Amino acid sequence: MTINQLSIFIENRSGTLVKVLDILKQSGIQIIASTIADTAEYGIYRLICSEPSRAYQELKDAGVAVALSDVFALELDNEPGKAADAVRIISDADISITYMYTFLWGGKGILIFRTDQTEKAHDVILQHHLSFIDENDLAGGGEN
Amino acid sequence: MSRDEMSALQGKRLHKIVEYVYHNVPFYRHKLQSMDITPDDIQTIDDIVKLPFTTKKDLRDNYPFGLQAAPQSEIIRIHASSGTTGNPTIVGYTRKDIGVWTECMARCLTAYGVGRNDIFSVSYGYGLFTGGLGAHNGVEMIGAAVVPASTGNTEKHARLIRDLGITGIACTPSYALYLAETMEKMGITKDQIHLRVGAFGAEPWTENMRAEIQKRLGLKGYNLYGLSEIMGPSVSYECQEQHGSHINEDHFYPEVINPVTLEPLPKGQTGELVFTTLTKEGMPVLRYRTRDLCSLMDGQCGCGRTSVRMSRIEGRSDDMLIIRGINVFPSQVESVVLSMKEFAPRYMLIVDRVNNLDTLQVQVELRQEYFTSTFDTPAAIDELEKRLAARLKSVLSIGAKVQLKAPGTIERSQGKSAHVIDKRKI
Ligand SMILES: [Zn+2]
Repeated sequence: MTINQLSIFIENRSGTLVKVLDILKQSGIQIIASTIADTAEYGIYRLICSEPSRAYQELKDAGVAVALSDVFALELDNEPGKAADAVRIISDADISITYMYTFLWGGKGILIFRTDQTEKAHDVILQHHLSFIDENDLAGGGEN
Repeated sequence: MSRDEMSALQGKRLHKIVEYVYHNVPFYRHKLQSMDITPDDIQTIDDIVKLPFTTKKDLRDNYPFGLQAAPQSEIIRIHASSGTTGNPTIVGYTRKDIGVWTECMARCLTAYGVGRNDIFSVSYGYGLFTGGLGAHNGVEMIGAAVVPASTGNTEKHARLIRDLGITGIACTPSYALYLAETMEKMGITKDQIHLRVGAFGAEPWTENMRAEIQKRLGLKGYNLYGLSEIMGPSVSYECQEQHGSHINEDHFYPEVINPVTLEPLPKGQTGELVFTTLTKEGMPVLRYRTRDLCSLMDGQCGCGRTSVRMSRIEGRSDDMLIIRGINVFPSQVESVVLSMKEFAPRYMLIVDRVNNLDTLQVQVELRQEYFTSTFDTPAAIDELEKRLAARLKSVLSIGAKVQLKAPGTIERSQGKSAHVIDKRKI
């Protein structure tokens, strides 16, 4: 239900993002999805990748400010309105979403969100029979 | 030696040195004559207030040998200070000067608890800078084994510290932190090394920095103060109490003055530190203005010594920034940055003027291990920046904009700290 996301502090200077991407490339880490929350001076680069623990260690060893965050990963049919339905269920349960983003994986839509109310989110997802994916699903690689 | 005996000795030496420069340095002779002072007017140490000050500019203007009192044949060593602007300062030492210097340095090391069984690494730069050779001679005099590591090649140095079981080190406090960082990167742990004494100087540092260095290198860190215009490292030193630095006042007489009015200040008040060399032959100086800000302490120390002590250098009168009319010292920023565990001990002050209003930006470096998943939103980072900004405001009395930088992106100075970019002057 939750997967590991890498969160990386990067400055808005040329070369800083490239450095991170180069480390991942050299370590043979596959990036599955990524997004940047940016401000005028820095950004938080969030990414879902194969082997997040190893990617975390490689980046850490290279001196990068990186953290592993647990995020929820819902699996949605790739049809209009599915993301809206899922988000409505979560917000109707009074769960506040810190951030969210979506990407396509193996023909399905994946909705990533982070909340501090993890137990409640866990229960709501089960109650409403929402589909989700786990770390293992991503390790297998996308088959589209 | 009682305080009265010390004052009597200082008075006697002061009279002698004034007489000596009067006859041997035209610069001082002219100055004293223009003030209608003769050496006979100077009989006790209290008469020192009658004497003129000497500034860094006087030294530069009389480049290279204008203030030298001894004949060239008596000079056995010449050092030059790092001048970023204008002429460097040239200081010549006679054989006796080197002897005094070495003895003063040996006193410092003895107070730190260094003895003949120690292996001591001198990691100040050897060369024109007085740090390397000055500390070196003192270590040899007390009979410890000196390792003249100098600066540069930090990894090799770290290996030597581990492999030789080096027990003491003299270097700048920022180099000590750099060394700790290098060791951590190399995987050298605290229990693999035997450092127990650190003599740190040549740049101002703070109690927070001391705590950090002591923790990371597992040693006890002592202040070592000096400046080439007066002698070099050995002018003052901390003892086991780590509470103020004992001044070798039988050779270097200290005063603290108001840098604006030039009036001497009573003990305990912060002002500009001024030294008169009481025994120097090569280049003696009268009331040399160090530009270092500190206060003096009277009274017997817990260690038993009765010599006057100086506080930490609280700033340089040169470094003092006037921002929106308020005096700001980089050291104040440093103490705030070091008090928050989320930040590395590196910072940069960027002063600018926008629409006729001074602005201060403080760049700090995020410490890698404190970037955790709680900080994975801009809101959390902003909150951290605001927390630092609030502390800065309460210490500096002016607002500063905080900019967080990624780990390892603010340059670590290996020598004198350079923490300010003042764009207003350009
Ligand atoms: Zn003491």
